[in-house]
Amino acid sequence: MSEKSMNKQPAEFAFDQESEQQIEKILAKYPAARKASAVIPLLYIVQNQMKRVTKSAWVPKVAMVVVAKRLEIAPVRVFEIATFYTMFNLEPIGQYHLQVCSTTPCWLRGSEDIVAACKKVTGIKEFGQTSEDGMFTLSEVECLGACANAPILQVDHDYYEDMTAESTIELIELLRKGEKPAHGPMIDRLNSAPVGKKITQNTGAEDVK
Amino acid sequence: MTKVIVDGIPIEVPNNASVLQACEAAGKEIPRFCYHDKLSVAGNCRMCMVEITGSRKPLVSSCSQPVMEGMQVTTDSETIRAARRSTMELLLINHPLDCPICDQGGECDLQDQAVGYGRDCSRFTDEKRAVVDKYMGPLVRTVMTRCIQCTRCIRFTNEIAGTAELGGIYRGTSLEITPFIEQGIKSELSGNLIDVCPVGALTSKPTAFHFRSWELKNTDSIDVTDAVGTNILLQVRGNEVMRILPRKNDDVNEEWLADKGRFSLDGLKRRRLDRPWIKKNGKLVEASWTETLQHVADKLKTVSSDRMGAIAGDLCDAESMLALKHLMNALGSSNVDCRQDNAYYDISQRGHYVFNTSIAGIDDADALLVIGSFPRQEAPVLNSRIRKRWLSLTEQFPIGYIGELPDDPTYKVDQLGETPELIAELIAGKHPFSEILKNAKRPMIILGHGAITRPDAKIIFEQTMALAKTVGAVTEEWNGFNILHHSAARVAGLDLGFVPQGQAKDIKAMVNGGVDVLWMLGADEVNLSALPAETFVIYQGHHGEKAASRADVILPGAAYTEKSGTYVNTEGRVQRSFAAICPPGEAKEEWAAIYAVAQLLAVDLPYHNIDSLRAYMAEINPVFAQLRLVQNVVDVNLGDNAQGNFEKQVLRAVISDYFLTNSISRASLTMNECSKLRYAVSAEAAE
Amino acid sequence: MLSDKDRIYLNLHGHDDWKLAGARRRGDWDNTKDILALGRDAIIKTIIDSGLRGRGGAGFSTGLKWSFMPKKEGPLPHYLVINGDESEPGTCKDREVMRHEPHKIVEGALLASFAIGAHTAYIYIRGEYYNEANRLQVAIDEAYEAGLIGKNACGSGWDFDFYIHRGAGAYICGEETAQLESLEGKKGQPRLKPPFPAGKGLYGCPSTINNVESISVTPTIMRRGSAWFAGIGRKNNTGPKLMAISGHINTPCVFEEALGLPLKEIIETHGGGVRGGWDNLLAVIPGGTSMPMLNKETCETVIMDFDGMRDVGSGLGTAGIVVMDKSTDIIRAVTLLSKFYKHESCGQCTPCREGSNWVLKVMNRMVEGRAEISEIDMLMDVTKNIENTTICAMGMSVAWPVQALIRNFRPVMEQRIIDYKKAHGGVSQIQVSVDAPIGG
Repeated sequence: MSEKSMNKQPAEFAFDQESEQQIEKILAKYPAARKASAVIPLLYIVQNQMKRVTKSAWVPKVAMVVVAKRLEIAPVRVFEIATFYTMFNLEPIGQYHLQVCSTTPCWLRGSEDIVAACKKVTGIKEFGQTSEDGMFTLSEVECLGACANAPILQVDHDYYEDMTAESTIELIELLRKGEKPAHGPMIDRLNSAPVGKKITQNTGAEDVK
Repeated sequence: MTKVIVDGIPIEVPNNASVLQACEAAGKEIPRFCYHDKLSVAGNCRMCMVEITGSRKPLVSSCSQPVMEGMQVTTDSETIRAARRSTMELLLINHPLDCPICDQGGECDLQDQAVGYGRDCSRFTDEKRAVVDKYMGPLVRTVMTRCIQCTRCIRFTNEIAGTAELGGIYRGTSLEITPFIEQGIKSELSGNLIDVCPVGALTSKPTAFHFRSWELKNTDSIDVTDAVGTNILLQVRGNEVMRILPRKNDDVNEEWLADKGRFSLDGLKRRRLDRPWIKKNGKLVEASWTETLQHVADKLKTVSSDRMGAIAGDLCDAESMLALKHLMNALGSSNVDCRQDNAYYDISQRGHYVFNTSIAGIDDADALLVIGSFPRQEAPVLNSRIRKRWLSLTEQFPIGYIGELPDDPTYKVDQLGETPELIAELIAGKHPFSEILKNAKRPMIILGHGAITRPDAKIIFEQTMALAKTVGAVTEEWNGFNILHHSAARVAGLDLGFVPQGQAKDIKAMVNGGVDVLWMLGADEVNLSALPAETFVIYQGHHGEKAASRADVILPGAAYTEKSGTYVNTEGRVQRSFAAICPPGEAKEEWAAIYAVAQLLAVDLPYHNIDSLRAYMAEINPVFAQLRLVQNVVDVNLGDNAQGNFEKQVLRAVISDYFLTNSISRASLTMNECSKLRYAVSAEAAE
Repeated sequence: MLSDKDRIYLNLHGHDDWKLAGARRRGDWDNTKDILALGRDAIIKTIIDSGLRGRGGAGFSTGLKWSFMPKKEGPLPHYLVINGDESEPGTCKDREVMRHEPHKIVEGALLASFAIGAHTAYIYIRGEYYNEANRLQVAIDEAYEAGLIGKNACGSGWDFDFYIHRGAGAYICGEETAQLESLEGKKGQPRLKPPFPAGKGLYGCPSTINNVESISVTPTIMRRGSAWFAGIGRKNNTGPKLMAISGHINTPCVFEEALGLPLKEIIETHGGGVRGGWDNLLAVIPGGTSMPMLNKETCETVIMDFDGMRDVGSGLGTAGIVVMDKSTDIIRAVTLLSKFYKHESCGQCTPCREGSNWVLKVMNRMVEGRAEISEIDMLMDVTKNIENTTICAMGMSVAWPVQALIRNFRPVMEQRIIDYKKAHGGVSQIQVSVDAPIGG
């Protein structure tokens, strides 16, 4: 963790009421003596609460202590988890997290164009940076597991699929305006069905051209 | 037992042994980095690969593979050698080749195994990784770029120290070992991190760059900074102890040494009394031994026997205590006391003042009650044994605690209460924990000095004995009644009868004007505020502290590293150390100076050298004849007629500052720094 | 080709209602109680007889795996863990089941749990599948509501609880023991085996870990019988299988197909053919990217099933097919995989932690040609060392793509190096570029 990020660390963190309700449900899933299982879910709750309260989804270090206390484990165990799993942001991020998959299947279908388009519209120069207006953080992620709909641009939790440079620019412009279009394929296609075909219940592949 | 064949050699090993252990039993060397006898198996370094006939995998990590009947193991083949060469090469690609400036150089597993199993050169030509160093306090120096991620340090803090301070953050090639907050390791066993680290990532900070391992000569010794009797190795260059390391002894300290025992060594060179002094006209002036000894003898001649007395301190060897007691007795005085803290002991039987269960015996206990003791600070290594038992039974080892908890004991305790009435409640069966103790097959009770140094010590002691009887803690096979000591000299002092008998004066009486001549043998912890100005004080010891500055005569003594001495640990285990270096200046082994005074007084002590002294010691108390063993006799006579009332105040641990409990550690800059860091931080947190 | 009547996933692409009503209409939850009434042994026998091999990649018999669980419940509870950490590049089949056929998972979880004596099942879903997990949660809630799971599930007398546990971005958690570690709240680092999960798995209790697809096909197998399932595909390679095809083909998609068909036929029919025609094909990765790639010649004839792929030195894996045409910079394509595996190495054991990093560094230079020809052999040697010494199968994932590249495209690599030398002069090249960040 860089010196810079340490400066952004808040002095304290406490779960709010909404988070507490979620925690109650989470803890019910695991045997009482195995509370530690809830470390990932609780870190998600931290990250979501930060998003709710500060518009930036990330996990401050002080929150790791809070999670550790709640689960009766050592803080360093929570620190390990928060740094091992890539979905926890250890520094503040923009309002929208743009995550471009760059692994081979997406790359084969033009993920580099998506990256270039993201950089162009947001003004971000390198992965990991946040746009000057604080709206976007651009990250490079590894395979998102939606290769039949490559390339993928993940915005926060949502997959925008079958992207092109054009649809990327269009999407980011809409996000900037505060609109969030429905996620899924950005071309005329039913989920992961072959383009131009639709699977029906009894007859399998059927042309719908 | 399981029979396995290692490189054609048939061998029998315990059923739960690993292939690595079987290979070792067969005399085969198996290289390893992550595997450590006393830690859980991580299997991550992949250096210990062997071939097992019929295995699905071409190579198997021997540390994590259990043995099976008839298993055929090959420890050396071209495949194995290639794998080890490869692992070495991979470990070295991100390891800096800075051995010339690395303190681990010469005793580095990576260095040794690179020579033994590695390639002659690396094929890696790209840039290496660098890792930011982490702050781990004044004792452990870090160079994290050298870390090979074997995770021994993480496992040590998790499993042995019980402080869970270190973790591995990030992943893959970015994996880094770090504490959560870089405020220094909070364990009293942190120095062992240096020993478990196979490379130069964690080295000793206080002695950084002071020596090279091959310059050192080794002497076996016994740690005196607590009463565990940790077996240590004094490593010497010239006439200076450069490093103290634990020696392996599974009955006592396994492989561990507490920080105070390891890092007080700079205190051995500071504030030393290195020549005799005599107070003349209210001022201490240097004097010769001849003059000083004569001065002492002359003084002793002038007082009647009941007006002289002797106090022995916490670091004394048994030999000097015996000689001093003899001298006093010969002069007609029984005013001798080794209990600087005024603790109450029933010395009618040895089982009443030692740790009867024995340290290794903790491994068999199935319930524990701690009364007025905080073993983490009083005996850190013994505490790790309790933790080990607690971990191995996974919550099936209930631990009750009576007293105020100053800190995390490193295992889960059920704090029954803070005052001694709880003992009576337990005897009466009014508390649920008494059922736990009763149902346990091998319950242990540890009575600490926080309990037996109070005004109501006697009643607490007797009630605890009664409790032990009630819950069946002492049987033919099991002795679960324990006194936990923290003074290295105490049990020997009790064994030698260095306590006032009958009408003789105890410490309180002696320092309150009860004697005219007071001989203080390393007695640095006695409150001398009530001592009349006219009392003649002979201070014999190695460090110049308050008692020495009050003295009328100073007889410079030898520290534990400078003499061969006998020490009896809290279990009653008699152990002997050897002199690693000479005492500084004119300082002398204490028993010899006492012997010289006796001769001047024409007192005939029945020995004339250390060997005959020891022979005599064994004669007067046969326990001294049995070195290194604990007597497993059940000699506890449990009374049950305890009378009296408990005091209301809570039971508090005796040690308030772990790092500064004796004159050596108080003279140590390292220990002072540790103390400042530990206790200043918690004082801040308390605000 | 798989005929429509043999299709298991009737709503694979989500044209129909994914909720309970739709699932029931398609035959899910039909007389589940009767299936449970057959008893543990009968269910396990049916699954063994069907020849179902684990759909997560390793291809071990699912029924046999179930049979390893202790027959009687001891003091420790049994657990079923469903592996929904689909992360192998090229693989995206389980995602479709989670979001479009979630009830197949819930019902399969009940049957499998019953068969292994577990009253609790967890499904570990990769963190990125947020919307998919939400859908499955709705299905689970519906099933509880309808009494299909929970106390006395389906009226069978068997109590069954089913929970979702989301991961948070770590490929390695797809490895079964790493998944257990992660589920226990630790870093996803694979465990040393032995002990195996059937003896000491989740929370130290007997556990079985099955892939989402393996679980979700079991209700259909139980309804239609083992003979039906075994009748599809080839011997030892039975049943329909979910597959995905991506990369340079005309119609990337996820589909269900019988095992045992020629790969070429699959590419032509489901993938709509290679972009620019079959002759434009360069290479195919058949089963998720850790499986060694196949060159065009092999692709002409190879059969798409476990044994067919094994016979050509590759593997069916997850059946996530990645097709690359001749426009592909094949060295770059593999380097991106090396980057993936380096990024996803858990860091626990030496060969993978250090090796994946080294391999990537060399591969990065190979893309440019800033290397020595002798380093190709060195790369082969290093990857050979990595593949056999790691704790888990990740060592193979690091090694195999690179080895397959060298086997199939060595001349391309050599030419790249020669070209670089020509362009930059000199015989031996400085391998650390001048602008390389210090300590990067």
